[in-house]
Amino acid sequence: MPRPRRHFLTLAATTLGGLLVYTLDRKAARLHAQTSTLRVPLRFFTEEGALTIAAAAARIFPSDESGPGANEAGVVIYIDRQLASAYGRDHYRYTQPPFEEGVAEQGWQGKETPREIYRAGLKLLGGFQTLSAADQDSRLKQIENTVFFSLLRTHTIEGMFCDPMHGGNAGMIGWQMIGFPGPRMSYFDEVDRHYGTAFRPKPSSLAQMLGHPVAPGEDTET
Amino acid sequence: MKTLPPVDVAIVGGGWTGLTMAKQLATRTSLKILALERGGPHETRDYLDNMDELDYAVRLRTMQPIRDETVTLRHSARDRALPIRQYGSFLPGTGVGGSGEHWSGISYRYYPNDFRRLSHLVEKYGRARLPEDCTVRDWPISYEDLEPYYDRAERLMGISGKAGNLRGKKIDGGNIFEGPRQSEYPTPPMKLPYLAALFREATHSLGYHPFPLPAATTSVPYTNPDGIARAGCAYCGYCERFGCMIGAKAQPTNTLMPVLSRRNNFEMRTGAWVRRLVVEGGRVRGVRYMDVNGYEVFQPADLVFLASWTLNNTRLLLLSGIGQPYDPETGKGLVGSHLTHQVSVPAATLFFEKPLNAFMGAGSAGVAIGDFDFLDHKDLDFVSGGALYTVCYGTRPIANFGVVPPSVHARWGSEWKKAALHNYDCTGLVRFYGEHLAYRGNYMDLDPVYKDRYGDPLLRLTLDWRDNERHMVRLITSRAVQVGRAMGAGEILAFPGLKRYQATRYQGTHIQGGTIVGANETDSVVNMYLQHWRAPNLFVLGASAFPQNPSSNPTLTAVALAFRAADAVVQRYLKHPGLLA
Repeated sequence: MPRPRRHFLTLAATTLGGLLVYTLDRKAARLHAQTSTLRVPLRFFTEEGALTIAAAAARIFPSDESGPGANEAGVVIYIDRQLASAYGRDHYRYTQPPFEEGVAEQGWQGKETPREIYRAGLKLLGGFQTLSAADQDSRLKQIENTVFFSLLRTHTIEGMFCDPMHGGNAGMIGWQMIGFPGPRMSYFDEVDRHYGTAFRPKPSSLAQMLGHPVAPGEDTET
Repeated sequence: MKTLPPVDVAIVGGGWTGLTMAKQLATRTSLKILALERGGPHETRDYLDNMDELDYAVRLRTMQPIRDETVTLRHSARDRALPIRQYGSFLPGTGVGGSGEHWSGISYRYYPNDFRRLSHLVEKYGRARLPEDCTVRDWPISYEDLEPYYDRAERLMGISGKAGNLRGKKIDGGNIFEGPRQSEYPTPPMKLPYLAALFREATHSLGYHPFPLPAATTSVPYTNPDGIARAGCAYCGYCERFGCMIGAKAQPTNTLMPVLSRRNNFEMRTGAWVRRLVVEGGRVRGVRYMDVNGYEVFQPADLVFLASWTLNNTRLLLLSGIGQPYDPETGKGLVGSHLTHQVSVPAATLFFEKPLNAFMGAGSAGVAIGDFDFLDHKDLDFVSGGALYTVCYGTRPIANFGVVPPSVHARWGSEWKKAALHNYDCTGLVRFYGEHLAYRGNYMDLDPVYKDRYGDPLLRLTLDWRDNERHMVRLITSRAVQVGRAMGAGEILAFPGLKRYQATRYQGTHIQGGTIVGANETDSVVNMYLQHWRAPNLFVLGASAFPQNPSSNPTLTAVALAFRAADAVVQRYLKHPGLLA
């Protein structure tokens, strides 16, 4: 099968507020002040689709006076990689038929894979990135109760706070906002101290802690 | 189908109970022992690279692949069962160590009255107070029978804690409600993260009796009676859903496998998916399984231990046609009856105005009170109880970001983000673990529609709460809110109440029943040594034997029972193979 045209997401260095993003081959790309743009190869979305999802994620987790948001963390890059992976094909769900509607307590029974949910969601969001912020919010309000929106909200949080090896949380910007230090070997000396006062070690990623890179699940699960 | 060379002992499942049995048999006999585990190998050194929330706590890469097999669920026999398509209310592990790798390590003993639940309730309140279709019963053994084995299980794992009843002497600071213990915990209590310290002070000031959670996340370096040395806990906060990267949390791979791997009479065979126990003339002849290459093989064995967790133990007996399936209409049959799932709710979500540094902790670093296990139910509308507790397992951001106080209604956008950021490290839970009584209508059988990857029927759960559990949770929630106030919380979000059993809300992996233990073969599947009444060379290990779900976490009891069964096998069964009771 001929490969479709490869799409790239072109990001301005000023919008991607983190210092580090991880490119397709998991090499860290450091954005210098003089670098004006970064071209991130897309694995699942078209450029148009990526821009739409990025715009929607940025309304869920906006960049505003309380701090940076989905744009700076690279949430759309995270989502793109997840959807391209085994997860996007529903590797982590029991998908045998028949698919029947049940009660809420039985959990979601839909047939659609995460990829299919996003494809349908993108249709709901045609022209989204050209709208004003207020109009974008009312568009999202209309679809708030869809499976797509709920998945997008979940993925936005994942992309804000995952280890940077997954493509989101660029420069550990999400972790810095909430004071999460990332994985660490020991808090033996700190765990029963700092009662009631903030203890905020400098965050490090898993690869930084280990001193060697780790392959994220989206690159290894087939 | 290829028949493999026979072994003396085949153990189905490589978790806590199966490998405890393996260790006892491998070290005390020269029997050739084979453990069959359908997942892959795990070792402590793998777990460092696994300290990633997304892949392990969200995508659940150490759990049984749900795409291959799940269970179906319905609330009553009148409803249509549908598959649980993604994990929610429980998380069965896979690979060597099973769920014993990713557990939190909270390691209670059951209370003496838990073993005589029916007698206790009837003596205290009369039979009329039992809920209508309640089938709660006594165990065939007592706390005193099991105490020496609890002691061995605690020393095996190096459980941390503080005794509250040492040979009958009550000790403040421990759990004064516990049954008498012959010895102090092997290691001292864990350090207390801030939230747990607040809970301890508050419950003490309210007149309750707080005690440190008994913890398999061992507090100091420890060498067990087998000579296996483990490090002390570092409070890194990667326990539940993870294996311990320094081996401080007792897991089968760091506690039992180091002994077993030195024995040449033991083999661990991974990638072995057991589909049937093969029975002929009242004896199990061996097991049929799909091997790691996808070929179905027959493994003959003289003695078989089924140790593949509650749901799979029950399912394999049903698939293999061993014993009569339970029928709730007639009350006939036993396999699949007494299905319970420990009641577990986030009773109160507390919003503080100060940081908790909640990323530090361990799966069982916390404090509990046993006072609500010992309520006087005379004027209450339920007859069960449980523990109110707080555990600082180490919050990770994907699972915990986004919780906002009840006064904030937005769930996305600027207002939500601001509130969620503000509250992120200022939010803590007072939790409740409660008893789940057994009921006639809660049971397991084979699903008529849905299949696993090999075409075998899935297990079907018919399961719902009764008013007894709903009323219990309502009362405890109101107490949890009082505790939360005493802890200094500002806003408090109370648990809205139990309605119907939900597959989507995580409760814990403490599902029990299906192959229940009893004093005689007319009303139980296994005897007090977990030996199958109808097939004496089959033992069914684990919490599938528990006739109802006490409030406390089950693992220590499951391991203690495996020790006890192993003694009976070595001392009596091997000399005179036959029924032990």
